[in-house]
Amino acid sequence: MSKKVAFLQGNEAASYGALYAGCNFFAGYPITPSTEVAEVMSVELPKIGGKFIQMEDEIAASAAMMGAALAGFKTFDSTSGPGLSLKQELIGMACISEIPCVIFNVMRGGPSTGMPTGPSQSDVMCAKWGTHGDHPAICLVPSTVQETFEEVVRAFNLSEKYRTPVLVMPDEIVAHMRERVVFPEPGEIPIEPRRTPTVPPEQYKPYDTSFGDVPPLAAYGSGYKFHVTSLNKGQDGFPTTKAEWVQAEEERQVRKVEANADDIIEFEEYQLDDAEVVVVAYGSTSRSGRYAVNEARKQGIKAGMFRLKTFWPFPDKQIKALAGKVKGFIVPEMNLGMCSIEVERNAQGKAPVLGINRVDGEPINPDQILAKMKEVI
Amino acid sequence: MAFDYEKYIRPGKLPHIWCPGCGHGIIMKGLIRALDSLKLDMTQTSIVSGIGCASRLPGYMDCCTLHTAHGRAAAFATGIKLAKPEMNVICVGGDGDGTAIGGNHFIHACRRNIDITYVIMNNYIYGMTGGQFSPTTPTGNKASTTPYGNPDPCFDVAKLAIGAGATFVARGTAFHANQIDKLIAEAIQHKGFSVVEILDDCPTTYGRRNKFKSVVEMMNRLKEVAVPVKAAEKMTAEQLQGKILTGVLYKDETKPEYTAEYDKVIERAQAKK
Ligand SMILES: Cc1ncc(C[n+]2csc(CCOP(=O)(O)OP(=O)(O)O)c2C)c(N)n1
Ligand code: SF4
Ligand SMILES: [Mg+2]
Repeated sequence: MSKKVAFLQGNEAASYGALYAGCNFFAGYPITPSTEVAEVMSVELPKIGGKFIQMEDEIAASAAMMGAALAGFKTFDSTSGPGLSLKQELIGMACISEIPCVIFNVMRGGPSTGMPTGPSQSDVMCAKWGTHGDHPAICLVPSTVQETFEEVVRAFNLSEKYRTPVLVMPDEIVAHMRERVVFPEPGEIPIEPRRTPTVPPEQYKPYDTSFGDVPPLAAYGSGYKFHVTSLNKGQDGFPTTKAEWVQAEEERQVRKVEANADDIIEFEEYQLDDAEVVVVAYGSTSRSGRYAVNEARKQGIKAGMFRLKTFWPFPDKQIKALAGKVKGFIVPEMNLGMCSIEVERNAQGKAPVLGINRVDGEPINPDQILAKMKEVI
Repeated sequence: MAFDYEKYIRPGKLPHIWCPGCGHGIIMKGLIRALDSLKLDMTQTSIVSGIGCASRLPGYMDCCTLHTAHGRAAAFATGIKLAKPEMNVICVGGDGDGTAIGGNHFIHACRRNIDITYVIMNNYIYGMTGGQFSPTTPTGNKASTTPYGNPDPCFDVAKLAIGAGATFVARGTAFHANQIDKLIAEAIQHKGFSVVEILDDCPTTYGRRNKFKSVVEMMNRLKEVAVPVKAAEKMTAEQLQGKILTGVLYKDETKPEYTAEYDKVIERAQAKK
């Protein structure tokens, strides 16, 4: 049987990815350039008995999705820059209260209203540092429409596996570009179910670490009575200021992601074996990066690309290993140097890091990258 | 036989954080009696709050409880209710939480007429943060941030709810404790968004700044200003000066309820499939 194939926009693919992953609740607030996600979800969810709601703002959308997530639903939400700023308050709560949910943020020009229809990659730091306090962060950065579908599925799986919010952040180019998408068959990509309690209700504690760093989560209305708070909490879910509990809980919340970085981090190594100059790129920029590498190879330059699929946790180990082998890194990105900071941190002075930075709403083209490679060689 | 509150309270969670004389506890007892009178299944009941002294209430209640971020209770509750319409969903919280930072969520929940009961514990002040003025602090009164008297006009919470589209709106007071459970029970039974405003006291941060010498004096004021709607019908405008109406102020059983309307959306979508 041949697979279903469609010609889709990144945003549409994201919606179908969410549905494939078992999403049955969407709450959102319209914003360019992500609105198509909400539109597709409003059509598709009721068909399968799922729920779609347009809330009064992005904070409310996050709140509604988190409420539904606690009622046992797999929840999704889409937004862009200004909306992501508003969501920071409740992304923090999803981290501390450990509520699985997936947020799709299409990167447009910023700060503030910025350039609503122009592409950008300037939200990547916000994905990690946007909400206050120490917290884990998982952020995926697809570069094709097919990958947008697949990364949304992976985001749902990671959010369930680690009981934490996950961000999927294509730039506007990937979100609005149309490409061929081959739909995986049902079951072809395994779907991570929510880990629900195995103990009877009287024994259930929502943050019981005897089940490991990711405690099972019951659903409201399933017979379990439990408390969820945005305050620092103990294993029983109730507020606490007890120093050792707070310390232990905060460390665990970060550790459950950081210690599993190898499971979460995905990347593509392109022509890296003998590469002397390495492009570190993500999203649409990596498409120019690939073209530039091919051109460079034709000209005898040993170029390669390390393409991030997971931005957070950052692939520290991989970049550190490359730093000892290469003559230089080139980091093209549609911001004034965000990924560069992470690459520099890992290069530890062993290799120069040259940024190519555009915030004018125009994509970075292969020629710019090729020219920069020649500066390194 | 004395009423057994304990079966609704989480074991080991008392004493509560509220100050002596705070009205929040009286309201919690009223809520418990309401739940008991309706024989609601606590595994199917969710109590959701924001942040504030009032918003600490869910932590004491033995059901599906959620203590969210400041002002966001109605939006979280909307998610729970839309996801599981069969659950009983109740919001509780303060005047600041519900009508300042959460004002937008509050009016939109009213507008949707989603079947949630919102109990707003109006003590006219931001209690938890030490007594700054709230949208319900009477003009001219003192708060820690209105040392020269409050220049802001205030909200009438019940009118706000009615104007925004809530279909059941009632008001009681912490003094009239025996009425609280009845108002809340009727609100829960109402199909649609119901608001129960309970006029409350905060002796610690509001009373002492506004010349109330004691909790008793604050309670007496609630007793004096409250006029049941029925009684008010027979009173003149002059007699009603400075009075506040209590009881069921508004009820509309014709407006469609949100989750029922969403079920129709599902039906239409599936018919088209
Ligand atoms: C985003 C945010 N802003 C401000 C605060 C600080 N804060 C906590 S409670 C509160 C006011 C609570 O007043 P109210 O809702 O009337 O409840 P009360 O304490 O009077 O019962 C404020 C301003 C906060 N927790 N979060
Ligand atoms: S500060 Fe006021 S509102 Fe808070 S517990 Fe004390 S009396 Fe009640
Ligand atoms: Mg108050």
